[in-house]
Order: sequence, then C-alpha cells, then structure tokens
Amino acid sequence: MVARATGALHWPEAGILTVSDLHLGKSARQARRNAVQLPPYDVTDTLARLAAEIEATNPDIVICLGDSFDDLQALDDLPRDARDWITRLQAGRRWIWIEGNHDPGPVNLAGAHLARFEHLGVIFRHIAEPADTGEISGHYHPKARMKAASRPCFLLDRTRVILPAFGTYTGGLRCDDLAIARLMAPDARAVLTGRQVLVIPMPQNRSGKSA
Amino acid sequence: MTDLPAALLPPALLTWFSARNWRVHPHQQEMVDQASEPALLLIAPTGGGKTMAGFLPSLAELADGLHQGLHTLYVSPLKALAADIKRNLSAPVAEMGLPIRIEDRTGDTSYTQKRRQRADPPHILLTTPESLALLISYEDAPRIFQGLQRVVVDEIHALAESKRGDQLMLSLARLQTMCPDLRRVGLSATVEDPGAIAHFLACHPDPCTIVQADPGPDPDIAMLDLPDAPPWSGGGASFAIPQVMAAVKAHRTTLIFHNTRAQAEIFFHNLWLANDESLPIGIHHGSLDRAQRERVEAAMVRGDLRAIVCTGSLDLGIDWGDVDLVIQVGAPKNVKRLIQRIGRANHRYNAPSKARLVPANRFEVVECHAALQAAKAHDLDGDPRGPGPLDVLCQHILITACAGPIDADLLFAEMTRAGPYATLSRAQFDDCLAFCATGGYALRAYDQWQRLKQHEDGLWHLRDPRATQLIRMNIGTIQDADLLKVRFRGRGGKPLGEVEESFAASLTPGDTFLIGGQIVAYQGLRDMVVEVTRNARKKPKVAVFSGTKFATSTQLSQRILAMFAADDWPYLPEHTRDWLDLQRQVSELPKQGRLLIESFAHDGREHACIYGFAGRNAQQTLGLLLTKRLEDLGLDPLGFVATDYATLIWGLQPLTDPAPLFDIAALEAGLEGWLAGNAVMKRTFRASATIAGLINRNMPGSRKSGRQATFSSDILYDTLLKYDPDHLLMRITRTEAMRGLVDFARIREMAERVQGRIDLRRLDQVTPLAAPLLLEVGKVPIEGAGRERLLQQEAETLMTAAGLGDL
Repeated sequence: MVARATGALHWPEAGILTVSDLHLGKSARQARRNAVQLPPYDVTDTLARLAAEIEATNPDIVICLGDSFDDLQALDDLPRDARDWITRLQAGRRWIWIEGNHDPGPVNLAGAHLARFEHLGVIFRHIAEPADTGEISGHYHPKARMKAASRPCFLLDRTRVILPAFGTYTGGLRCDDLAIARLMAPDARAVLTGRQVLVIPMPQNRSGKSA
Repeated sequence: MTDLPAALLPPALLTWFSARNWRVHPHQQEMVDQASEPALLLIAPTGGGKTMAGFLPSLAELADGLHQGLHTLYVSPLKALAADIKRNLSAPVAEMGLPIRIEDRTGDTSYTQKRRQRADPPHILLTTPESLALLISYEDAPRIFQGLQRVVVDEIHALAESKRGDQLMLSLARLQTMCPDLRRVGLSATVEDPGAIAHFLACHPDPCTIVQADPGPDPDIAMLDLPDAPPWSGGGASFAIPQVMAAVKAHRTTLIFHNTRAQAEIFFHNLWLANDESLPIGIHHGSLDRAQRERVEAAMVRGDLRAIVCTGSLDLGIDWGDVDLVIQVGAPKNVKRLIQRIGRANHRYNAPSKARLVPANRFEVVECHAALQAAKAHDLDGDPRGPGPLDVLCQHILITACAGPIDADLLFAEMTRAGPYATLSRAQFDDCLAFCATGGYALRAYDQWQRLKQHEDGLWHLRDPRATQLIRMNIGTIQDADLLKVRFRGRGGKPLGEVEESFAASLTPGDTFLIGGQIVAYQGLRDMVVEVTRNARKKPKVAVFSGTKFATSTQLSQRILAMFAADDWPYLPEHTRDWLDLQRQVSELPKQGRLLIESFAHDGREHACIYGFAGRNAQQTLGLLLTKRLEDLGLDPLGFVATDYATLIWGLQPLTDPAPLFDIAALEAGLEGWLAGNAVMKRTFRASATIAGLINRNMPGSRKSGRQATFSSDILYDTLLKYDPDHLLMRITRTEAMRGLVDFARIREMAERVQGRIDLRRLDQVTPLAAPLLLEVGKVPIEGAGRERLLQQEAETLMTAAGLGDL
C-alpha cells in the first residue's frame, strides 16, 4: 500500500483508493448554525483534490472511510453541481461510503453504504477497534509535529493504519494524544503528508509508552 | 477665585475650590467657557488637570439637580481609569453636596449592576469603547441614552492609535443620531498633530475647537548612570538592577516602564532577588489577573508602593501624585511615547518630571541617546492616521442590527459623520453590508448563508434573532494573542495571570516559567486553564508574552544614522564607542542615503544582514519579500529575523548580487504575489476576520480554543485566496497589512533614500553590529525548498536514531 502525500491511501494490487473524513458541507452546516460563516468553497476544494487523486491512481474501488459529510443535512444541501461531480467520479468503479459518527444514516448518493468493509483480509472502518488487526480507519485526523513544521499524517504499525483527514476545514489531533497513542504499537510510524511523504517514528508522549 | 464667572460655575463648586485654595487653570476655565461648542479638544500635558477640565461643565450643568437620566458619558481606554475617575470624582461631588450620581460600567461590572444601569442610568456614566458598543447594541439603547448631553473621551490620543478609536467614533455617530444635541469633548496628551485628532473627534463635517494648555516646564531627563556594559541582545536589563534599586531607594515612588510584558516579568523577578531591604515593589501589566492588578492599583493609590514595574498598561491616566521618578527600561521606540511616560512622574502641573533611561542592550544605548536628543529638541514623531478600517465597520453594522432593523441609507449617512469614515464611499459601505448579510461570497444566495435579510419594508433584519447573543459576545477590536489563564493546581487554585496559548502548548510538565514575579512549574492544561505549582528554582524557562512591539519611528532611525556619521561619540559610554569603532574596523557603519549589506557564513549557514533602519515592521516585510525572491532564485532561504534597524536572512546559499533584489519596482510588483501566502498576512487576516465577525472568538457555552481558531483562519485564508481572492476580507487584509505589519511605505521610503546605493560587504566573520541579531528571538521560518530538505534530513536522522534507518 502507498501512503500518498495528499493524505489518500492507495493499494495498487487491489485497485483501491481510500480517503477519510472528507467532511463535505462543513461550511454550509456552520452557516446554518449561524455560527461561523466559513467560505463556501470547501466542497469544491475537497472534490477537486479527490478528483486529482482518482485521476492519478485510476482505482477500481474508492472507499470513503466515514465522516464524508459533515452531517446528513449537509448531504441533503449539497449543491447540484457537487452531486453531479461525485456521480462523474463514481462512473466505472465501485464506490463505498463507510458510515462515520457525523454521517451515520444512509447516503442518498450512488455507491454502497456500509458500516465496515472487508477485502482480502483487510478491514475498512471509521473508528479503529483496538482488538482488531489488519485494519484501516480514519476519525482521529492525526497530525505530527516536528521541529520544522506540523503536518497531517498517516499512522501505521503492524496491525493498523489510521488515515489523516482529506477534507478542507478539518482540524487535527496531535498523535501523541492518548486517544491515539493507546491504539498504536510503541514502534508505530507516522507518515507526514505535504509536498512529499516523510516517514518518522510516531511522536510519543514523553511521559511514557505504558499509557 | 473672583476671576471665575459665577454664571458658569455654580456656587457649590466655587466654594469647594476656594476652600482648598485651588485655582482653576486657564485651560480648565476655557473648557467651561466653550462648553456649548459641539466638539472641543483639550491638549494638555500629564498632570494638567485634564479630567477635571472635561468634567467641570457637566458638574456645572448638573448642579441644580433638575436633569433626569444620563447627562454625561465618559469613555476611557482603560477599565482601571474608569474606576479611578469614579473614585476621584465621587469624593468632591459628595463634598460639594451636588445631587449627581456617578457610576462606572466596564467588562468588570457585575451583571445585576449592569441590568440596573440600563433600567435607571446614572447622571454620569464612566465606560470603555467596548462597553459602550455593547450598550448601543441593545434594543432599548434610545431609552438608555435619552437626554444625553455630553460625551468626554479621555486619552483620545491613545484611542486614536488603534481600532478601538474607530469603533468608538462609530458609536458616537450612533449616539449623535439618537441625541442630536450631543456635545463631544476630547482630552489628549501632547501630540504632534492636534488637527488630526480634532478631525477624528468631530462630528463630520462640523468643526472641532482645539484648546491648548500651557505645556509646562521641560523634564529632567538623562541616562541612568551604569558602570557595566549592557548585554549584546535581549531586553532584560538585569545588569542594571543594582543602579535601578539604588534609584528606587533614593526616591519616594518610582515607575519602571518596560516595552513588553515578558521583560517586565523578568525584571521584576530580578529586582526582588536584589531587594535586600524588602521595599514594597509591585508589578502591573495587562496579562496579570484582574484581582492582582487591582491590588497593585489600590496600593499605588494609597502610596504604599516604592516602585511599580509596569508596561503600557500604565501609560495612561491613573492619578497618583507621589511618583517622583520614571525609569524607562529599553529604548523608547518613539519620542512621543517617551514624553508621555515621563509625564507620569510628578503628576503636578508646572513641576518638572524626572526620568532616567536604561538601555537593555548595546544597540539601545545608541537608540536611547537619539531619543534623549529628540526629547530635548521637542521633536515629536508620529504617522498620519489612515481612513477607518472596514472590518470595524462590518462589526458596527452587526452591532447596529442587534439593536433593530437597519435602513442602509440612514446608516451610511450616519457612519460618514464619524471622523475616521468621513471619506467612506457608498460602494465600500455596500460591500460591508453585503458581507454582513451573506458572507460576501460570490454567487452565494442560499438562505443558510444569510445573516441579515432585507424585508419587504426595505430594512435589513437579522435572520435569526438569536444571533444577537453571538454578536454581542464578540464585540471589540482588541486582538490579544490567545491567552490562557494560569492557576495554582488544587481546588480554588489562586489565579496568577495569563500566558499565550502557543507558549502553553510548548510546555512539558515540569517546565518552569515566570508569572506575576513568581517561578512556577507547568503541570498540565485543564479546561483551558494552565495549572501550575510553586517552584523554588532560580532560573525559569522564560514566558514569551507577545507584548506590543512598536517600530522605532522614522525620525528616531534617522537620528541614529546621523549619529553614526560622526567620527567619535564622546557622549556614549566607552563600551558602546568601542563596539561601534570595532564595527568600523571590521566592516563599516550604516550611512544615511546608502544601504549596507553584510554577508558572512556562520554555524554552517549563509547569512545576509541588511541594515535598512526602517523599523521593525518594515524590516520584517523586507525579510519576507527578500526571502521570497531568494526562494525563486534557488538560494534556499531558511528564515530571517528582523529588528528595528536590520533584517538578518539565513539560508543554504550566499547572497552575491543584491542590487536586483532591492529594485523598488520589482519589490512592489512582487508584493501582490508575495502578499498571498505568508504568516504575517495570515495573522492580519485572522485579526480582521475576527473583528468583522467571520470568526468568533467567543461562543455561547464555551470559549473557542485559540489554536482551533488559528487553524481555521489559516485554512479560510488559503481557501479564499484560491477561490475568492477579491473577497472583502481579503481586500481588508491587504490594506491592513500594508498599513500595519507590512509597513510597505517605509520600505518605499528606504528605497527612495538609498536609490540603488548598496554596499555589499563579504566578510569572513560575524560583524559586531550583526552579532546581536543572531541572538534575537522571533525568527520567521520560510516554508520552501530549503525547509523540505531539512525536514527530510531530520526525518532520516530520527529514523536512524530509532533503528529504522533502513526502512
């Protein structure tokens, strides 16, 4: 499997492209809540980057690992052209929407809607299950801080991969946070996204790996 | 007191004055005589009885007890000042037996008190610009302000320097609509351009009369006698502690001014370590907990303190007669501020103030001398004020909408009566209204994006009336860095003050830092509160408060360059003369009308030091612009640091041909593209987006974490840049940045001064003048090819260290 610098995970042998936490419609949800009027360009931006990834990898299966929509209302409010765009991206391939905590209901878009998906012994789901192995998940939006910069990152060890968030306007959780640290083995690695991929040992909380 | 016209001052006042054998100053009398003017600006030195001059007409008008409701609104930039005036005014009013109710209303006033004030306003209300804006946002504002006759704006010179002043003038325009006969009074310290302040205050296009008080005698100002040389960089000035301590002992009360909070903290700590007699010495700055600040203020008023270590938070107004010495630690970046600070000593009219300067590092010795010369020559500096910023206008539109539906034509007419917005065009106003209504995004007419909606009556209404809460919670233009409260761990832990969130994020449990003069150890972050424990160690990890970094004024910078031209500097201490001499031998001293660039290798990196003398902000911009051009040329710049006089850039390749880099046309052309993606722009965008209401700092229920806000504002900026670069907020950001942090005007001025006369010196060592820059904090990293290469190296090192190198 190839962790791409964009934050997408490509499995060439199986023809699978996985992205996580698109959070489409975040700005619309915020505007609806009368909170922050985020500029309404996040859908365009996220889909443009997703389209570029699909173009580059030409996968047979695209898996969106949950939280694809900021909420179900955001999905209903998705502009016509965005829906058309998703439909065009779906042409000629399987498309799997894994459900996430933000979008637990059925999706009224083409593609299969599943709680989890298994392929060649690998499990795809939104939130990692500590007991499972061979698992690919999202949810945590991991980020790693180095001296020079802080970047969204993949986390991987022998049993699992956690993907960074692919959507625009998605924050991050430092990967030395306990919620993440307890999932990953002590020798886990972080793969930083950005202009190029960088592999480092997963930053750990100084106070101890026992946690 | 026979020279007082009895018709203007009532007998109770006259009796009170003569019982104390006090005389009414001529300028106070003039304020009474001209009390019916629509706008009056009083320029008086500190201690000139400004505040009394502002209130005398109100006391006279209220003496008969016939006025119902609010009569005079007093606005000051400081909460403490409002509270202080309340004390100082209530006592004489009680002694004169006048039937006048005086109350203050600030962010610190209790909820019940505020409710009561809205229902039954006092005769005189003392408040701040933010609290006034909040009052104006209430539906019943017209009733609250009914009968209002006068508004007194204290320390207007300070307010005019920031967006708080713009907001206040918009609020006054609103008040003037509610109360057409409202008269305005501004009280100002000595400024270089009184006309500009008068224009700022006036209800446009009405005139504003200026009253000038006698400026008083020249201050006694000199350098503090110091046997030791100051260090090469930094602002701690701990080397001067023994002499400062001696000066404190020799005077009744000393104010010790610092330019930043962090410096004040460190100095205070060191002063206490040297305080063998345990003299009562306090500290006062904006990051301290309110209760602590109030305790210090109360002790000062009682005259209990021998010295107060302070920052700009004491630049303004509170009256204590006992201060007989002002010590300025660190170079005063502008002469006007120095004069105002000096005025804090001997708060008595017509007595000379005494002040001593303490340079905190070697370069500041030179700066201090330049400032001394300028102060003695009464040569004040200052930049002309630009038109009022549009982010403040956006906020004011929302505030107005909270009070009731808006008629766009009327609101536009009202806003152009505010001095800072006198030249506002209808198109600019409509842009701001559209932004408030829909976010101002292209083709975005969806209902969910509507914040204001135009109803059939033609008026603009809030779509969701509940939005008022959010708007009111976010009133204000003060852009403090995001601060977290600091407390001792344990139940009901004592609050100590605040630190920047980014600083807190950099701490690991056990790290020590200074706050409120104590060394504490970081334990953890809980519910947005930094928990600490006491720590007895002597060397803390230093708190990095941002403080306020004022750029050295153009006029001071030129004075320094003029000083450099001399053959010798007999008035400078030996160590500083030697240093400048050494610079002359190793390289050369910067000259007026030329630009010196030094190039040298140090610590495995190539360095270029550019002596622009354009002030910190412009030098910073120069750093950003030049690194961008260096990046384009493949010279792999890694970062830079800027001070008031130079920019030091480091990278992987040496600078050999600077001339094309400094072509002003090219710099200006590069500006647009460059403005796009850098940290300064993002910071400016964040501030404007917060003021204009795109980002909310405060949310009902919980405070939004600053890091979250930074994060989202950076991404918002990137997104707008990509999809909507002409968005109103992007335009505001560009204007703001050009004016403030970018300060491109001074780069242009520098280029005109230099006219291509650039001296590049390649040297085989770090030069004496450049060395201090290597020790500066506040370095700006450049995200480019060089950085990627370093990241890669760092990653490889880490992997190798972890035994994963062969991955």
